[in-house]
Amino acid sequence: MFENLTDRLERSFKLLKGQGRITEINVAETLKEVRRALLDADVHYKIAKTFTDRVKERALGQDVIAAVQPGQLMIKIVHDELAELMGNEAVDINIKANPAIILIAGLQGSGKTTFAAKLAHLLKTKRSKKPLLVAGDIYRPAAINQLKVLGEQAGVPVFTEEGVKDPVKIAKNAIRHAKKEGYSAVIIDTAGRLAVDEEMMKEITSIKQAVNPHETLFVVDAMTGQDAVNTAKTFNDRLDYEGVVLTKLDGDARGGAALTIRSVVNKPIKFVSTGEKVDALDVFFPERMADRILGMGDIVSLVEKAQEQFDEEEARKLQKKIAKNQFNFDDFLGQIQQIKKMGNVKDLAAMIPGVGKAIKNMDIDDDAFKGIEAIIRSMTPEERANPMVLNGSRRKRIAQGSGTSVPEVNRLMKQFNETRKMMKLMSNKKKLSGMMNMPGLH
Amino acid sequence: MVAALFSPGRKKLDKGLEKTKENVFKKLSRVVAGRSKVDDAVLDDLEEVLITSDVGVETTLKIIERIETRVARDKYLGTDELNTILKEEISALLTGENQRPEEGFNLSGKPRPYVIMVVGVNGVGKTTTIAKLAWQFKQHGYSVILGAADTFRAAAIDQLQIWADRAGTELVKQQMGSDPASVVFDTLSAAKARNIEVVIIDTAGRLHNKANLMNELGKIKRVMQKVIPDAPHEILLILDGSTGQNAFEQARQFAEVTEVNAIAVTKLDGTAKGGVVIGISDQFKVPVKYIGIGEGLQDIQVFDAREFVDSLFS
Repeated sequence: MFENLTDRLERSFKLLKGQGRITEINVAETLKEVRRALLDADVHYKIAKTFTDRVKERALGQDVIAAVQPGQLMIKIVHDELAELMGNEAVDINIKANPAIILIAGLQGSGKTTFAAKLAHLLKTKRSKKPLLVAGDIYRPAAINQLKVLGEQAGVPVFTEEGVKDPVKIAKNAIRHAKKEGYSAVIIDTAGRLAVDEEMMKEITSIKQAVNPHETLFVVDAMTGQDAVNTAKTFNDRLDYEGVVLTKLDGDARGGAALTIRSVVNKPIKFVSTGEKVDALDVFFPERMADRILGMGDIVSLVEKAQEQFDEEEARKLQKKIAKNQFNFDDFLGQIQQIKKMGNVKDLAAMIPGVGKAIKNMDIDDDAFKGIEAIIRSMTPEERANPMVLNGSRRKRIAQGSGTSVPEVNRLMKQFNETRKMMKLMSNKKKLSGMMNMPGLH
Repeated sequence: MVAALFSPGRKKLDKGLEKTKENVFKKLSRVVAGRSKVDDAVLDDLEEVLITSDVGVETTLKIIERIETRVARDKYLGTDELNTILKEEISALLTGENQRPEEGFNLSGKPRPYVIMVVGVNGVGKTTTIAKLAWQFKQHGYSVILGAADTFRAAAIDQLQIWADRAGTELVKQQMGSDPASVVFDTLSAAKARNIEVVIIDTAGRLHNKANLMNELGKIKRVMQKVIPDAPHEILLILDGSTGQNAFEQARQFAEVTEVNAIAVTKLDGTAKGGVVIGISDQFKVPVKYIGIGEGLQDIQVFDAREFVDSLFS
């Protein structure tokens, strides 16, 4: 996401190259590009304008010291302004109360129900809460069933009152139920509604008044266009929500709506939703997003993701094996599993500075490892532990068993041997950071 | 009585697009208020009006440039003429060679069964649009069968079943998680065996940058062709009217993998952004065929460019 903005900025910054001082004249073209880029990213027209004015103000007259190129200085200024516009610091969700009541609102199709389930999963697995999901969308056909299925995937019970046609009543009953049963968080999913639908906006207001939530979250699709400004405002006027959730960020939308909403309603973006799996939910870090917009990668997120999935004990064992040159196909497979656990490979790779742009048009799927896995799984335990025994006829058998070809098996063997060699080298130099080896991506 | 329901006509369109109209118009009149001449300032403001209506940067610049050319040619352009010129320019974009005359819900001369495959990203309103289409075709006297090939999203099948019941059409379905291509095969076979005239296939929402999901659409298509060699006859891309610039990216990428030949823009009742229709029509060879303007079964219309422009500028 945001690649185009980065491309544009990079191009326009080139115009500044070799100029000793940022002046009204040499900055004009750059600012025009910045503004155009923001508009292309769906940042609201007025906000894009204010933004470029501010950047200009800060940039004008700045001396470009020898060590920094004018372009770099502009990147710095644009980055700082972007980060500031988005709120500088991550704001956490308020779940101190018991039960903490969370109300979810948004337009149709923005991803409320999916987000509700993801949030429940997050509270359960990472914040040691005992959440209850509440099916408050009584309008959309099968919305309740959808939440039930997603709740099951998240391992969180879903409170429903089928036949009850009053979401206010359902919400109240749910909270009573939660208190009685000892749930420590209640997440209320509501029907999608248009900001212009007076009746429905009244309904969500009365739900809010009835349950008095600790957090009201406004869910918005990252692909939203210029109307984000009106929608966000209308919902905020009615609900005075605590935070915003940006969904479908695994698409290639540039997500300018994030900037727009943040600056129009002055409410923090708390979560970003990045995929169909129940754990594809991240906390929003404005600084990182700004870095990402500017193509500086999101290395902090990557490291955190790695840490989350990384098992210290396993790593130590692996370390030993590598030192003794005993790294085998079982370990190789284990590493692949770990990388897969971290999420979509392309998402991960995009977080590495400089890589985002390079892989923009490449197809790396979750299936990237499928062939490799198939090959390894077609080996006998002995072959996995002792790759040396893999002679021609064994390779042929493996190729047949895995539905691949002998050259593919050979390629994997070669990759494996190289990885092994590299690991040995690395382990001699410094402690291995197991995650950073991505087999299959050579 | 039924006829009144299924031909909401101008009134409904006007109502559905009220927001768009109000906004574009209010903004436009503000642009020209107190000014007599189209100058750079007016053009700047016009740019703002168009961009904030999600016409898209590309198309906006194109419109502005054309007006600039006219200003340069005619030397003087009064603001009172701006409205007329804009209407002309927008009509030209909408009814240019990109657009072919629409047949609407009349399928005479079309192959039977007429197979429509519906595609789009998540949350744009595919399932609802299918229900509306099914209902419309039924009202026009055709037999309709639906295929629940969104076997991925939780409860998508249940949702379509409820809609199918409301629209009074049959639905072919399997379990959640089953192979969508197999559902499609069953649906088309059933349609063929029983001489059903219209087949509409729901597919799972997929973000256009996910290669494997996009490739799945190709597979579905190939399976269709095993039953009916020239199917699907219509690949309908659904775009959410409140989507911004990404709508163009969606159109581009879906068109790359599936030969999209019709577009439906949904949720136009809730947003001030009918502008996206203008941008899409301008930038793609694919016509906007339907627009969704409400939540009821009857709230879908065959898109008529002239009527649309009239409703914007009346």
